[in-house]
Amino acid sequence: MPGPKYPGFDTLALHAGHTPDATFGARAVPIYATTSYVFRDSEHAASLFNMERAGHVYSRISNPTVAVLEERVAALEGGVGAIATASGQAALHLAVATLMDAGSHIVASNSLYGGSHNLLGYTLPRFGIETTFVNPREPENFRRALKGNTRLVFGETLGNPGLDVLDIPAVAAIAHAAGVPLLVDSTFTTPWLMKPFEHGADLLYHSATKFLGGHGVAIGGVLVDAGRFDWEKSGKYPQLTQPYAGFHGMDFEEESGTRAFLLRARREGLRDFGACMAPMTAFQILQGIETLHLRMPRHIENTRKVVAFLAAHEMVESVGYPELPQHPDHALAKRLLPRGAGAVFSFDMKGAREGGRRFIESLRVFSHLANVGDAKSLVIHPATTTHYRMSDADLKKAGIGPGTVRLSIGLEDAEDLIEDLGRALGAAKRGAKTA
Amino acid sequence: MDFGVDGKRAFAYTAAHHIDAAKPTIVFVHGAGLDHSWWGLQSRYFGYHGFNVLATDLPGHGRSAGPPLESIEAIADWIVRLLDAAGIKEAALVGHSLGALVAAECAARHPSRIARIALIGATYPLKVSDAFLEAARRNEHTAFDMHTLWGHAAGVPLGSNPNPGMWMLGDNLARLARLAPDVLYTDLKACNDYAGGDASAAKVACPVLFVLGSRDQMAPQRTTDRFIRLFKSARTVLQPGSGHSLMAEAPDATLDALIAFFSTETAQ
Repeated sequence: MPGPKYPGFDTLALHAGHTPDATFGARAVPIYATTSYVFRDSEHAASLFNMERAGHVYSRISNPTVAVLEERVAALEGGVGAIATASGQAALHLAVATLMDAGSHIVASNSLYGGSHNLLGYTLPRFGIETTFVNPREPENFRRALKGNTRLVFGETLGNPGLDVLDIPAVAAIAHAAGVPLLVDSTFTTPWLMKPFEHGADLLYHSATKFLGGHGVAIGGVLVDAGRFDWEKSGKYPQLTQPYAGFHGMDFEEESGTRAFLLRARREGLRDFGACMAPMTAFQILQGIETLHLRMPRHIENTRKVVAFLAAHEMVESVGYPELPQHPDHALAKRLLPRGAGAVFSFDMKGAREGGRRFIESLRVFSHLANVGDAKSLVIHPATTTHYRMSDADLKKAGIGPGTVRLSIGLEDAEDLIEDLGRALGAAKRGAKTA
Repeated sequence: MDFGVDGKRAFAYTAAHHIDAAKPTIVFVHGAGLDHSWWGLQSRYFGYHGFNVLATDLPGHGRSAGPPLESIEAIADWIVRLLDAAGIKEAALVGHSLGALVAAECAARHPSRIARIALIGATYPLKVSDAFLEAARRNEHTAFDMHTLWGHAAGVPLGSNPNPGMWMLGDNLARLARLAPDVLYTDLKACNDYAGGDASAAKVACPVLFVLGSRDQMAPQRTTDRFIRLFKSARTVLQPGSGHSLMAEAPDATLDALIAFFSTETAQ
């Protein structure tokens, strides 16, 4: 007897979370541009507020369009649910604020997006939450940094910008042995390249601005919970396992078990911090997700061609892409990322700063800007932009040099991208000779 | 709230209320492999509307100590011992699937303790396919997949969840992933082996409500209709489009059916 079958990834990307509305039968997800929802009567209102009935009250807490996005990403990732936020940074903040108070500690990879590094390294300490950054290449570094007050282990599936591949199974095992969940930033990989929950991660988030949206038109984030971490057994999360005076004495774990984290994050985090997603943004990101399974293979195909071109170019010192045999995480990437190691990578040019400037300013197809994961190809110089607040020492720890250039490979003709890069590298070479 | 039954921890969610002897009591009994939180919305409603609520974790499930009980009859008797532990003389039972069989059996065996029963996603005989039973016996993930996909209407994997932001199938899978080995098998075998449904249904004298889904893959209409006819009288509420997991798939409609059922009780 054949076993039951779940819908495939492509089908979920197009359908999960949405059924055509009963009134008009709209096939596309309607944009519910409304702040609030009419109660049937006073009793209905009271029941919604007290979580006795499912539904929407106010769009800062939940919205029907946003809920489709949340359910769709949760389905694609294999989580119990999700919360969409105003940005990827808001998703990271929501996770941290839900799990810990002042006096808590995070162990994080030191290969992070600059904005995440700022939040953990500079901003959260103002609120009494400290972070120890470790080199993710050796998972034991995470164990060595654990403290009694550690409440979260955190890393990126592909570290920014050096593309360190996080050994999720190993790091998750270390976190779980300490009774702590593993949160990963899955922005660079998307569920099409990797599903972190299948490897042991407990929580993940996306900057949906990037590949999920895919077209550079909307800022947003999505925080997803696997629902498997046992907060009660851990004993380290009174936020989830003790009565909360801010919501009628609710014990979130007792109330909802697998949904405890998301329940508190929504009922407190969205309610009080308010970094919710707008319905129009959710619609735009949903439009992107509907072609994620078509775009990601092309992103990878183009990236492989560009990487091969750069790796053989005389002006290129090195290319940091995990599919290259010389990358230190090559074997790990083959194991965890068999579909491809993403479409964002860095390379080091010969000729230092002046060459770098000439290179970027000579590009015609690539756009010089601070984003990744667009359908269009993008370029940036991290040392002077995304990571400019970091000291030289911290830059070096994160694998960034003065000549490091980060590319986000889009969906154009690969031949045009290679021609563009070749021309710009030629300009950089001429600049190096005249400097 | 923790209770001691048979010298072991027995947990029941009470919606953050103490037991009040002056209030009527509803005991919620979950289905195979699940726990008290499956009743989240419905149990919370009644807990805040004048009822004592005991949403149980059956032995070996959720926060209650194991091992799981091996027969519907044994679970029915355990429910009465839970009432004893809570100091409750009489209660209504709301049961889902396995829990519905428990509720009917309990009402038949202990008529003085059970005031009325609501049977959700209920059918009898509740036969479990050999493939499902064997996968559960082997503690294979396939058993969780069968539980999840057959436990919901066929459209649920693509449809929208009434509970904003949640993916119903993922939630079900995450609950099952927390089970100790052999618990799901023990539950399914108890359902499959249960042979007392005809006799028990005929004995039940209290009011009975069936809440059923029109697309329930676990409770086929033919056997369910026969089961309903075995009771002296029973009301039936059919939720169009819903599958076996009515509390999640049609939470408001299920709650409304229960409110109507228990409103008549409080009026008596």
